[in-house]
Amino acid sequence: MTTKTFKRPDGRKVDEIRPMSAKVGVIPNADGSAIFSFGETIAIAAVYGPKKMHPQHSQNPEKGTLRCTYNMLSFSVQDRIRPGPSRRSTEISKITEWALEPIVILEKYPNMVVDVHINILQANASTRCAGINAAAMALAHAGIPMRDMVSSISIGKLDKQLIVDVNKDEEDWEEGEGATDIPISLTSSGDITHFQLDGKIKKEELKKALELAKKATKEIYEVQKKALKELPGVEND
Amino acid sequence: MIETSNLTGQRIKKYMQEGKRFDGRKLDEFREIFIETGVSKNAEGSARVKIGKTEVLVGVKMNVGEPYPDSPDKGNLMVTAELLPLSSPRFENGPPKFPTIELGRVIDRGIRESKFIDFEKLCIKEGEKVWTVFIDIYSINDDGNLLDAAGIGAIAALKNAKIPKYDKKEEKIIYEEKTKEKIPLAKDIPIAITIHKIGNNLIVDPTRQEEDISEARVTIGSSNGIISSLQKGSETSLKEEEFYKILNLCEKIERDVFKKIEKFLK
Amino acid sequence: MSERKIVIPGEMIAKGNDFLPGDGTEKRGEEIIALRYGLAEEINKLVKVIPLSGVYNPRRGNVVIGKVELITFGGWVIDIGVAENAFLSLTEVPRFVNKDGLDEIMDIGDMAVVKISAINKRGIDATIKSRGLGKIDEGMIVPVNPNKVPRIIGKEGSMINLIKDETKCNITVGQNGLIWIKGDKVEDELFAKKAILFVTEKSFTSGLTDEVKKWFEKEKKNNDN
Repeated sequence: MTTKTFKRPDGRKVDEIRPMSAKVGVIPNADGSAIFSFGETIAIAAVYGPKKMHPQHSQNPEKGTLRCTYNMLSFSVQDRIRPGPSRRSTEISKITEWALEPIVILEKYPNMVVDVHINILQANASTRCAGINAAAMALAHAGIPMRDMVSSISIGKLDKQLIVDVNKDEEDWEEGEGATDIPISLTSSGDITHFQLDGKIKKEELKKALELAKKATKEIYEVQKKALKELPGVEND
Repeated sequence: MIETSNLTGQRIKKYMQEGKRFDGRKLDEFREIFIETGVSKNAEGSARVKIGKTEVLVGVKMNVGEPYPDSPDKGNLMVTAELLPLSSPRFENGPPKFPTIELGRVIDRGIRESKFIDFEKLCIKEGEKVWTVFIDIYSINDDGNLLDAAGIGAIAALKNAKIPKYDKKEEKIIYEEKTKEKIPLAKDIPIAITIHKIGNNLIVDPTRQEEDISEARVTIGSSNGIISSLQKGSETSLKEEEFYKILNLCEKIERDVFKKIEKFLK
Repeated sequence: MSERKIVIPGEMIAKGNDFLPGDGTEKRGEEIIALRYGLAEEINKLVKVIPLSGVYNPRRGNVVIGKVELITFGGWVIDIGVAENAFLSLTEVPRFVNKDGLDEIMDIGDMAVVKISAINKRGIDATIKSRGLGKIDEGMIVPVNPNKVPRIIGKEGSMINLIKDETKCNITVGQNGLIWIKGDKVEDELFAKKAILFVTEKSFTSGLTDEVKKWFEKEKKNNDN
């Protein structure tokens, strides 16, 4: 399936991720914070909590609640987005919550909430994946007990070619079978916490996409780990 | 973290009586200001401003549309602000509350009334097509004085902006192609400064702790000595003498701030 | 593995059946896995993670600083920065309290130093029946990361005593990360605050007490100039 001669719009190899960068401790007020980018897609995340949850009727007496919000800055994309939530951002907020829920351990925090706020500062596709990567780092940075880290990547299919880390030009691919976008989030031990697809794909190709995702998320995990282990970012009074 | 009580607030006030502040600044001194432009590539112009630990991100986007009926030959301006929940434990998701709305409107007034933008030059076809300039302000970390940081950010983003290419025939904006043309701006930069009254003292550029005990504040927007916007905030009243003191202080601060930021705005 | 290294959640700290999982870790098969972001430590085969961040975990006997949120007929409800508020009964005050005079002892919004006397299903019980506890009248409150509190106190109080001596301030360190500083002059209090923040920034370094001593010498020289 992978053709060595396939030309991606920005010249990358089919399994090449854009240059990534990550840093923690970028928002002094937050209990935990991080910034993560895939090339020109930049996501920033802040964690506040565990803290008392309001309204009281939303409280869960069995364990703490994870609450995620995802929003894009109006100027993060070419056509300005009117400020405020949209159906898309509401859906991605929930997807992000589901992507992170399996790994956070909130049994010790009944009636409390952990708020995760993600904002996209600059978008070149794969924004939800960048957001999840930043959020996972911010949660660890905040000292939230977690079973594992989560790393997220978008796998794409351009016509018949599977690629790793979709950018905007690839998202808009129209030749042949067009573009299929498959964002996937995996824990470092390989469990799937998030999987979406839109486009058209055969079962075998989908399995191959997951294999590509496993390999790619290992690379992303190393970037996240390195950012967390850099001492200057560790202080968060 | 518990919201600390007024204990520390009392200490701040006491220290101010001696003309001193916790971080060693004088009462009329600003923290270090840092400006970085071009930080968000899909925006026509953008800027990140840091005043101490306070950080804001401002972006300029441009769109083409119909002019308002009472100004058929002028472009439009729209300024919005969002106090992002990620920037402070005090901000929540939801429809904009008053502080957010006030921030947007005060910055809008400062830019609009100072005639910083030459709206007539933003007219493409009178009565039919004009440019609208959108300035969107986002807080990234609130350690006090978001207002002044937002004002500086708006100016920096406007100066950084390049007008996108407009295809008159197709009546479409081609964002990928930026022209070398900048937004038509006046030479004199409008600077908004907020002065706070705490006890018997007037201070400038409060940290969040200082802002918490501020009794009244006045934001003055001026450029080259001409005041074009003013807003008094908070419930406490000001005596006439205090008000005049504020006006005098403002002139000095405006010069100081201008000196601090001019190297970034070249 | 005796050297402390930073670990992240999900990371393997040690492998081998003779290792035991301590705080912040769990055993998966033969591996000890970190469940928190922090410094991994192994002593006598017990592996644990010392957290670098995270909320305060209330324990009986802890001295904490909180804010009075509510006054009920039986006592004061005090916010100590965790989900459960602490409750200070009027019977836990070292003098007679008139049922109508609770707000004269401590009013809503006042800060107080309390000791956690019990933690049970009902919640957290507090007392101010010992020396050094009670309402805070003046001074300043400095919030720090509660995970740094052990470093700020030091072995048998060595660090906090050093800071108290050098700055001539009374300092009470709440286990929940709030620190009350009271001195004769605001300058002294700010000096103590600066020292405490210095300790939190350098909390990883070994030989920290010596470093702080050197820091004080340097600061005093600067102040004299």
